[in-house]
Amino acid sequence: MRQKMPEQNPKERIKNFREVPLGYTKEQAITEANRCLQCKTPPCVKGCPVEVDIPLFIKYIAQEEFSKAIETLKIKNSLPAVTGRVCPYEIQCEGLCTIKKIGEPVAIGRLERFVADLEEENELKIPKKSKPNNKKIAVVGSGPAGLTCASDLARMGYDVTLYEALSDTGGVLRYGIPEFRLPKNILSEEIDYITKLGVKIRVDTIIGKTITLNELECEYDAIFIGTGAGLPMWMNIPGENLNGVYSANEFLTRVNLMKAYKFPEYATPVKIGKKVATIGAGNVAMDCARTALRLGAKESYIIYRRSEEEAPARKEELEHAKDEGIVFKFLTLPTRYIEDEDGCIKQIECIKMKLGEPDASGRRRPERIQNSEFTLDIDTVLVAIGQRPNPLLPKTDKRIETTDYGTIKTDPDGTTSIPGVFAGGDIATGAATVILAMGSGKKAAKAIDEYLK
Amino acid sequence: MYKIVKKKILSQAVKLFEVSAPLIAKKAQAGQFIILRLDEKGERIPLTIADFNREDGTITLVFMEVGETTTQLGKMEEGDEILNLAGPLGNPSEIKDYGTVVCVGGGVGVAPVYPIAKALKEAGNKVISIIGARCEELLILKEEMQEISDELHVATDDGSVGHHGFVSDILQKLIDEGREINQVITIGPVIMMKVVSGVTKPYGIKTIVSLNPIMVDGTGMCGGCRVTVGNETKFACVDGPEFDGHLVDFDNLMKRNTRFTEKESCAMENYKKKCQ
Ligand SMILES: Cc1cc2nc3c(=O)[nH]c(=O)nc-3n(C[C@H](O)[C@H](O)[C@H](O)COP(=O)(O)OP(=O)(O)OC[C@H]3O[C@@H](n4cnc5c(N)ncnc54)[C@H](O)[C@@H]3O)c2cc1C
Ligand SMILES: Cc1cc2nc3c(=O)[nH]c(=O)nc-3n(C[C@H](O)[C@H](O)[C@H](O)COP(=O)(O)OP(=O)(O)OC[C@H]3O[C@@H](n4cnc5c(N)ncnc54)[C@H](O)[C@@H]3O)c2cc1C
Ligand code: SF4
Ligand code: SF4
Ligand code: FES
Repeated sequence: MRQKMPEQNPKERIKNFREVPLGYTKEQAITEANRCLQCKTPPCVKGCPVEVDIPLFIKYIAQEEFSKAIETLKIKNSLPAVTGRVCPYEIQCEGLCTIKKIGEPVAIGRLERFVADLEEENELKIPKKSKPNNKKIAVVGSGPAGLTCASDLARMGYDVTLYEALSDTGGVLRYGIPEFRLPKNILSEEIDYITKLGVKIRVDTIIGKTITLNELECEYDAIFIGTGAGLPMWMNIPGENLNGVYSANEFLTRVNLMKAYKFPEYATPVKIGKKVATIGAGNVAMDCARTALRLGAKESYIIYRRSEEEAPARKEELEHAKDEGIVFKFLTLPTRYIEDEDGCIKQIECIKMKLGEPDASGRRRPERIQNSEFTLDIDTVLVAIGQRPNPLLPKTDKRIETTDYGTIKTDPDGTTSIPGVFAGGDIATGAATVILAMGSGKKAAKAIDEYLK
Repeated sequence: MYKIVKKKILSQAVKLFEVSAPLIAKKAQAGQFIILRLDEKGERIPLTIADFNREDGTITLVFMEVGETTTQLGKMEEGDEILNLAGPLGNPSEIKDYGTVVCVGGGVGVAPVYPIAKALKEAGNKVISIIGARCEELLILKEEMQEISDELHVATDDGSVGHHGFVSDILQKLIDEGREINQVITIGPVIMMKVVSGVTKPYGIKTIVSLNPIMVDGTGMCGGCRVTVGNETKFACVDGPEFDGHLVDFDNLMKRNTRFTEKESCAMENYKKKCQ
């Protein structure tokens, strides 16, 4: 039997921002590790974008050799405490696990989290480094792509400086994913590790504005761009600029980066009503709807134009959201926001949808059902229908070639249209996942090393 | 950390700081702004770069104490340090020789008008400046504006100095006198920018306004600063902050700037308690 994850009780947890899953105990982890069949050609590894040696690290857990387990993990994955919490493992490693054919797959993600947390409790070891080679690299953006690229290059002996536009590092891991899903002290420890490797961090520095790409090129031997997909998308329906309508980014940034959930101890406010509707059904939407509950919303809705089956969120997030009492309105499309006399939102007009033929994404296309309009009383709307690549840097330098979608054009190894400038993560792939961003940061580090040899 | 190297009190609630920020000073241009956060628990607030000195590596900020952050900032002294300061943000003003330009500044808005007026003058324009405030006490940068303008007009709401009334009255008078005006630029309270834009619209005089919506990141990431311009949604931090005043939906901006009023007064109360 797959070991159950101990969790905070839903009734309690919606009143606090503490982490929801509590982590395996040592006994649970060992029991779970013993379920692994140690497959000769393990299919699970193929499901991991960075090809962690899954059977080996699990074997070490079963043998209670935890430090060997973490070493094995860290060879391929520099942020295991993060991915062990946020990877969509059910469609990645665990999705391909042999045991899945006959029952529940090995809980690879949870085991990964277990060993990573165990190491953080103990003193972080300063990792082995190659001799300094006196070559300088600039990494732009401190999300998972930038962090991974910076740490790999530092370990190879490069002199790395990491530039971040915001006041703090971590990208989406800091400003997007809430405390109850990814505690920020875990992130800070991961970042400590990177500074111990010698990476210099420069916050408040907007590349393209404070320093241009061209200036970086003069000072550094190579550059990695990992500026992410931070441009919020809108539906362009009437009433979107009313008070009470936020982009997911604004809402989450206020709460997570600026700690508005501790207002007024922290000076940044966020105003949340009694009835909150989140538009969309991805991870970002679940984070918004669940955060709203914790900030005191009485009712928190998810409004999504397709059905539950198409919802892009991780399965665990959907389940957690349901347990916490989020109300799902599937096959529903908002068409208009209705204002009260003060310019605030008071209602959403929606229309019911049905699923038609599959579209370009392979999912069945939602179609409007004529005359099915209805309204919901709502005082806060959180729009979480996706983010586009951040256009700020590409706009400041015409030499950077971008696609029609706004992503920076790269080869699979991250090479861009400018020699010596590489890119990876969401800015190159469009909004994706933490582990994919890390994978591309890794590939680019390798490519940079080869380029400079 | 960004050190305050000079502090000057311009009026009751308006202060001028010179802050050491060499990278920003090197790049700054008239019309741009920065976002600062005073300490770990602080809020991010935008302030215009009112002047810069590339040699000394300093930028000048002029701000009015209206709420928690600006009041706390006002209490800081020379030698104190600001934790975070990022910029320069936003697009620079379009500086070229238009002919005759009228620069209209109201309240603390005179501060951001100053570098633009100066740059316009250097670009060869005839600069007519109109500055105003509620009363003489609150009028700032009069000498500085005088120095770089071909002509300076002053208005106060109570008539304590200059014209008794609004800056827009003076602009209307200049137009009525048949003066040639090729461009107007105006910065100040939203209501003032709305009225000034209303004055010039019938005459088709291009009027640039600099909008001050509530911001968070200032890099186009949150959309909190969105404004309606010509029926399109724009992000003031990356598409602006300057826009064509004849196209701006000022009423929507005024409403959006009250989004957190309740919370802001709560923060201010809390701050006052802490300070006692
Ligand atoms: C709310 C939310 C929840 C998510 N949940 C999950 C999840 O559960 N599982 C999962 O796998 N994925 C999740 N994702 C997606 C995942 O977080 C992203 O795919 C990933 O963070 C992308 O990493 P990145 O390094 O490419 O960019 P980002 O994490 O976006 O980091 C980019 C960084 O670059 C900085 N930057 C931008 N422009 C500049 C500039 N000009 N100069 C300097 N710095 C700049 C930004 O401030 C930012 O810090 C979620 C995303 C969001 C928004
Ligand atoms: C691009 C830009 C440039 C700016 N330049 C300057 C400047 O050079 N000097 C200066 O004094 N101010 C400037 N502002 C306005 C300044 O950012 C606000 O006064 C500041 O954020 C208030 O913070 P607070 O915590 O002190 O007050 P809060 O407690 O946040 O607010 C107090 C009061 O101020 C109002 N307010 C809040 N935010 C704004 C805002 N963005 N604009 C107008 N009123 C607001 C509130 O409605 C409330 O009534 C600028 C704003 C922008 C967007
Ligand atoms: S990094 Fe993600 S995909 Fe890879 S093994 Fe860990 S949980 Fe699975
Ligand atoms: S596929 Fe499953 S059982 Fe096989 S090695 Fe991987 S985790 Fe173990
Ligand atoms: S301030 Fe966030 S997008 Fe402009």
